[in-house]
Amino acid sequence: MSDAYQPDDGTGTDPATANTDPDVSADEYDPVEVFPTEGMDLRPGADSCYKCSTCDTECPVAEVNDEFPGPKFQGPEQWRLKRNEDTDIDDSVMKCSNCMRCDNVCPSSVPLSQMHNTARGLYVEERMDTLSVEYVRNRILSNYRTSAWLASKLPRTANVAMNFGPARWLMERTFGITAEREFPAFATQTFREWWTERGGARVPNHEKRVAYFHGCYSNYNTPEVGKALVRVFEHFGYQVLVPEQGCSGTPMFANGMLSDAKRHAETNVEGLVEAIGDGADVIASCTSCSMALRQEYPELFDLHGIEELAAHTYEALEYLRIHEDLEGALRESEVDPQSFAYHAPCHARNQGLATQAVELFDSIDGVTATDVGDSCSGISGTYGWKAENYDVSMAIGEEMFEHMADDEAEVGMTECPTCAMQMNHGTGYEIRHPLQVLEAALC
Amino acid sequence: MAISDDVLVVGGGLAGMTAAVAAARGGARVRLLSHKASTLRNASGLIDVLGTDPESGAPLADPFDGLDALPGEHPYRILGEAAIREGLDLFDDLLGDRYLGSHTDRNALVPTHGGTVKPTARYPESTGSGLASSRERTLLVGFETITDFDAPLAAAHLENAGVPFEVRGVTLPFPGEFRADVRVTRMAHALDEDREAPVDGRPGTRAALAERVSEHLDGEERVGLPALLGDERGEEVREQLSTRLGTDVFEVPMGPPSLPGLRLEDALEAALHEEGVRVESGNPVVGYEGDDRVETVTVERVHREVPYEAEQVILATGGLVGKGIRSSRSGVCEPIFGCHVPQPEDRYDWFSEGVFDDQPFARFGLRIDEGCRPLDGRGETEFENLRAVGAVCGGYDSAREKSASGVSLATAATAGRRAAECL
Repeated sequence: MSDAYQPDDGTGTDPATANTDPDVSADEYDPVEVFPTEGMDLRPGADSCYKCSTCDTECPVAEVNDEFPGPKFQGPEQWRLKRNEDTDIDDSVMKCSNCMRCDNVCPSSVPLSQMHNTARGLYVEERMDTLSVEYVRNRILSNYRTSAWLASKLPRTANVAMNFGPARWLMERTFGITAEREFPAFATQTFREWWTERGGARVPNHEKRVAYFHGCYSNYNTPEVGKALVRVFEHFGYQVLVPEQGCSGTPMFANGMLSDAKRHAETNVEGLVEAIGDGADVIASCTSCSMALRQEYPELFDLHGIEELAAHTYEALEYLRIHEDLEGALRESEVDPQSFAYHAPCHARNQGLATQAVELFDSIDGVTATDVGDSCSGISGTYGWKAENYDVSMAIGEEMFEHMADDEAEVGMTECPTCAMQMNHGTGYEIRHPLQVLEAALC
Repeated sequence: MAISDDVLVVGGGLAGMTAAVAAARGGARVRLLSHKASTLRNASGLIDVLGTDPESGAPLADPFDGLDALPGEHPYRILGEAAIREGLDLFDDLLGDRYLGSHTDRNALVPTHGGTVKPTARYPESTGSGLASSRERTLLVGFETITDFDAPLAAAHLENAGVPFEVRGVTLPFPGEFRADVRVTRMAHALDEDREAPVDGRPGTRAALAERVSEHLDGEERVGLPALLGDERGEEVREQLSTRLGTDVFEVPMGPPSLPGLRLEDALEAALHEEGVRVESGNPVVGYEGDDRVETVTVERVHREVPYEAEQVILATGGLVGKGIRSSRSGVCEPIFGCHVPQPEDRYDWFSEGVFDDQPFARFGLRIDEGCRPLDGRGETEFENLRAVGAVCGGYDSAREKSASGVSLATAATAGRRAAECL
C-alpha cells in the first residue's frame, strides 16, 4: 500500500522496549526518530512525492472546480506547511470528495487519501465550530446509519416525509441539504429482519464460510442486494455469517468525523475478526465498504485485529472470481438477453476491480455490459448531497451521463449505492447491482 | 485456478500495451496488469528510435545508420533491424494519421519546451508544422502560468542552436479565470469545450486566445504553443486557431503531465479494447510461482495475494525510474522474478564522476535473447515462458541515445508475437 507509518499492530516493536528485549531481532528496531511526531508519521509519503502532478490531472473535483487546489496540495504540500509553520489546514480540504482516485494514479505510491483523511480530521477537530450548521449537517449526513435506523422503524412514513417538497425546501434553506435529489426509499423489511425471519444461514459448511458485511445501504435501503448475495454464495455452497456491525465509516472519513468512524470500527473489527476466527473470509457488496475495511482502517486506526481484517476482506464478485469457476457456472445458465451500462465506482477502481463486472458479464451469452467510461460519478457519498456541492457533483457526472445516454442499454449497473443514486438521478435509468444479475442467472 | 489467460502482460506503458496488442493479434487471450494508471502522461509523446550517433554523440539523420555502431548487448543488436521495423509498423498501424514520420526512415527534428531540438522517428500530428528543418519564421507563445515553457528563452535557445529560421518568443495570459497553479489539462479542456468567457458577449476560449496571439504576430508563418491545445478535440482547436491567425499552428511537447502522452495513452487503451485485451489496473505484481516456467504470477490486492495463471508472461515494468528495476546499497535487482541484472561488483563502479559522462547505471537492466527472454548470469534463459520488453531491458542508455520508444516497440512487437506463437 503506502510506505507511510502504520500504527503498531501489537507485533512487538515498541521503540521504548525494543532495545532491552533480547527476543526482538535487530532488524525489527525502529529507526531513531529525528522528527518527533504525534500520531501518524506521513513524512515518508510526503518525501516520495516528486511533484509530477499526475494526481492533480486525475482529480475530478479539480477538473470542474477552479477553486480547488488539488490532491498534491491537500496531501504532501499541506503536510509540510502544517509541520514547519504550523499553518492551519486550508478549508478547501472539505471540498475533497474522498474518491481516492489520486491513490490510484500516483507513480510513487504517496498515501494521498490517508493524508487527506488525516488533514480533514484535523480541520474538523481544530477549526470547525461544533455548533455550526455545517458541522451538525455533516455529522447527520455522515451518521446516515442512525437516520436510516430511525426511518426503518416507520419506513413508509419516512419515505413520504423525507421527500415531502416543503420539508425538502426547508432542509436546503436551513441545513444545506440539496432539494434537487430524491431521498432513497427505505425498505419495509430490512436485510437483517429478513435474515432473522428466514432463520439465518441455510447452508451449513465448516470448510467454506463467508461473513457478510452488508453496511447500511443494503440493510436499510436495498435488502434485495443482500438477499442476492446470500443466495449466490449459498448456491456455491458457502455458509454465510452475518455478524453484528455498524457503518463502515466511509461517509465519516469524507466528513472528517474520525471519532465517529472509530466508534463504528471498534464494533466492526470485533464482530468480523471473530468470524474470521471461525474460518470465514469477509465479503462486502458495497465497494466503499470493502475499501474502508481494507485500506482506511489499517491506515487510520490502531485496533486489535484490524490488520487481520484488512487481509481477509474481499468484494463479493472479486471473491467468487478468485475461488470459484464463475464463468464456467454462468456458461451453463439460462438468462434473458439484456444489456447494461456499467459504471465502475472509484472505490472499485482503487481496489483494482474496475473491469471485473464487464469482463464477467460479457462472457454470458445474451448479456452485454458496456463500461460507460472512467469518470467519477460525482456524488461521492454525502458529497453531492450538500447544496454547495450539487453543481460540482453534476458537472463531474456529466461525462458519465453522456456515455450512458449514448449506450444502447437502458439499465445501469454499478456496485456502489451512491453512484447508483447519481446514475438514476442523471438519466432516470433503473440501476442494478452485479449480484442481482448473478442471482437471476444462477439461482 | 480461477483467473487464467494465454498471455499475461505485467506493466501498462508503451511497451506493455503494444506487446499486449501484438499478442492479441497473434490469436492469444491476453490480460494486462498495471500497478497504477499508465505513466505515458509523463512521456513527451514523441517516438524516437535512435537520435544520437553512438560514436560522435551528434544528432543522427537516419537512425538505421547508427545501429552497427551500437554495442553487442544493445537490444537493437540482439533483435536486429527487422524487429525495429516490425515495432514501428505496429505503432503506425495503431495510431494511423494521428502520428507523422512513417513516410521516411529519416529522423524529424522537433523543437521541445526547453528550446532543444529532438531527433525523432514518429511525432504527433500536432507538432508537424513546427519542425526545425523548415525555414518558416516562427513565433513561440508561452503562458504566464505555465512556467515549464519560457517562450522567449526557448526561442533564444533555438536560435543559438542555429536553426534555419527566425524565431521569437512572447508570454501571454491564457484567456479565462484560472488559478495561478492551473493544470494543463484544465486549459486543454477549456479549449476542447470552447467555453464562453464569463462576461456576456465575449468570445469563447479559442477565439479569445487567437485574438491575443494575433496582436503579437509580426509576419511569422507559424505559431508554436505549449502542448495543451485541446485533449479530445485537438485537431479542431488547432484548425480554428490556424484559420483565425492565418498561420500554421503547432504544439511544443512539454514535461509531465503531458497532453501528447495522455492522448497516446487514450489511443493505445482504445486499441487494447478493440483487440479484446482484458485490462486490470490498481494492484502490483509482487512475485510468482514456478520453477523453470512461470506457472502463476502473484498480484498483491490490498494486503492479500492472488494468483494469476498464464501460458506466457511478458514483463514490462520499466527501468530504474519505472521501478521495474530496484536498487539498494547492496545491489540492483529485478524484484518480481529475481532475474539477473548485470552490474559491477563495486558500487563505486556503478557511476562516473561527471554528471554528463557515460553512466554505467543508465544501462542497468535485463539481458535478453532474440526472443526477448531474460538471461541469467550464465547466459541461459531464466524461464522458458517469460519475456522482457521496454525499459526493464538493459544494455542501452535511452537518454543518451534517444532510443526509449524504439526499444519499447521493437521488444514489444517481438515478445508479443513470439508469446502468441508459443501457445
